[in-house]
Amino acid sequence: MELILIQVLNGLQYGLLIFLAASGLTLVFGIMGIINLSHGSFYMLGAYLALTLTSIVGDIFIALALGIPLAFAFGAAVEWLFIRHLYARDHLQQVLLTFGLILIFNELQRILWGTRPHSVPIPPYLSGSVRLSDVLSYPVYRIAVAAICVLLALAMMFVIQKTRVGRMIRAGESNREMVEALGIDSRLLFRFVFAAGVSLAAAAGIIAAPIESVYPGIGERVLIISFVVVVIGGIGSIKGAFVGALLIGLADAFGKVFLPEFASVVVYALMAAVLVARPGGLFGRV
Amino acid sequence: MTSHSQTGLSRRRLVQLAAGAGVAGMLPLARPAIAQAKPIKVGLLLPYSGTYAQLGEAITRAMELYVKQNGGAVAGRAVTFVKLDDESEPPKAPELTTKLVQGEKVDVLVGTVHSGVAMAMSKIAREDGLPTLIPNAGADQLTRSLCAKNIFRTSFGNGQVGLATGRSMLEAGIKKAVSFTWKYAAGDESVGGFRESFVAGGGQVVKDITVPFPSVEFQSALAEIASLKPDAVYSFFAGGGALKFIKDYAAAGLNKSIPLWGAGFLTDGVEQAAGSAGDGVKTVLHYADDLDNPENKAFRAAFEAAYKTPADVYAVQGWDTMQLLALGLNAVGGDVAKRDALFGAMSKASFKSPRGPFRLSAANNPIQNFYLRELKGGKNVLVKTVATDFADPGTGCRLAS
Repeated sequence: MELILIQVLNGLQYGLLIFLAASGLTLVFGIMGIINLSHGSFYMLGAYLALTLTSIVGDIFIALALGIPLAFAFGAAVEWLFIRHLYARDHLQQVLLTFGLILIFNELQRILWGTRPHSVPIPPYLSGSVRLSDVLSYPVYRIAVAAICVLLALAMMFVIQKTRVGRMIRAGESNREMVEALGIDSRLLFRFVFAAGVSLAAAAGIIAAPIESVYPGIGERVLIISFVVVVIGGIGSIKGAFVGALLIGLADAFGKVFLPEFASVVVYALMAAVLVARPGGLFGRV
Repeated sequence: MTSHSQTGLSRRRLVQLAAGAGVAGMLPLARPAIAQAKPIKVGLLLPYSGTYAQLGEAITRAMELYVKQNGGAVAGRAVTFVKLDDESEPPKAPELTTKLVQGEKVDVLVGTVHSGVAMAMSKIAREDGLPTLIPNAGADQLTRSLCAKNIFRTSFGNGQVGLATGRSMLEAGIKKAVSFTWKYAAGDESVGGFRESFVAGGGQVVKDITVPFPSVEFQSALAEIASLKPDAVYSFFAGGGALKFIKDYAAAGLNKSIPLWGAGFLTDGVEQAAGSAGDGVKTVLHYADDLDNPENKAFRAAFEAAYKTPADVYAVQGWDTMQLLALGLNAVGGDVAKRDALFGAMSKASFKSPRGPFRLSAANNPIQNFYLRELKGGKNVLVKTVATDFADPGTGCRLAS
């Protein structure tokens, strides 16, 4: 019984972390129609930004405050240089270009930071842990990360549902020409959305860095699981990504304990089951 | 997906002679009898990109350092290296190996880090019969059922390290252990070796826990370990995953009640990054940074002077790869065509390595010492030698001893 409760906690916490990584992907994919394979690279960028920034400013939350605008600017530049040429093209060319970006970012990472794994410090005021059983403790920082993820999810839903920018984004998603006819510059709008997606991935990478450690290829795992989340939740749906990520987190945690032989396929079996029942994902439009 | 840096063969080719030739030119009487015009071509199939890039680089650097220290020549013949990035991708291994063997016509083949790549490479090497040295990959079969007279390993077998660690854990009074590793070939072999010696000595393995390779989500496993309450945990992880595991283990508070043990790869290369979270982690390996022997001190000093970075176990393996090859080549006067004599000399080789005494088993796997190390303040500290002249059983190898 105790093990089950602990696994629920583990599953929710892991799910919230992958929600944060996947939310940027579902925005870019759902609103702009871009299949962005380099999304994992932006997560990696965040992790390495955390490494560099904490070595300068010390605290991970100051690093987060500095890293998000940096990532936003970087995302806007990438959109201007590469992505904007893809809107009128088909998915295959998008996949090719963004795959090429993965290779470039990996090589840049190797040149700038080298191949050794690194560690990012947890701030001292969050370095304690909560006792769960006589030998097992739960790090406070993980709980803080989970709380940040929940706050961010609420903030995103608020922006998209209640604000003017959110309405413009939703309108641009359903009918780009009409939005332009109404005098809204959809090029700027898309640049904003892409940069926001990059910032979200980088933010996930930054706050996860003290838990995950920082090493080459850290983004690739995140990329695959993020696509699974997007497919389960429904493309473009933040709410879907939230529910999908929690489902995956729980399935993964319980799969490892109760079906260890099938642990690596539990998540994909869940995806297949969702697709059979609802081909558009849990919250997607078919 | 890993990074795919394109490796034009000709661009990767490095002629190492500049310095060596200058030195040789100042020695007019240098071995006239065996002076041969053509250099010995050594093909390096190693990872130069991706997760294992650091390992491939360390091995290459140590090999180049050896040649440089010997005036650019071995057994009177100049040595050139042809480097090819194997990207740690087994599907690409046959093509890349063929490129070195057939295309470049290398005299000697050296590779690699990833066991899957090494398996594919050794298949071709076995058929071709050219001298082949494995500077890292630990797949048991390479020096067990798939051993060959032309294939030599200068590193370790996965099972061999596990066997030595199991013994050491028993010595420390541990009776009940849980094993924890990635679910893949190297992890299975490592745990297999550990289980064999641990159970034979009266220990009990309560449970084998695995996570899919290369997942680094360890929380569920940590909860399970906590509920099983063993005397200790035996683990096999490496690189970034190892670092995360050490930190998660400490963050869960398990390091206070259940000692963490492992094959040495758990800590090598991540000592500093682990920081205080790694304090008390005990590992067993065929090398320790602070081994007190003259070879180790000289090697570490030379390596650090040349590359401004400390040597590690992988560099030692690269160094010994060249030591072993040089010993064989000296025995045949640098004539690589005399294969039987070359292999005979190499298999009987015995020399002083930075890791301690080095010789080969009948299956061409190192017979070597194993050391218990403990991580303290970001440094691996030698505790004691736990096994001297420790050989892998070489089960299934049909080479005559």
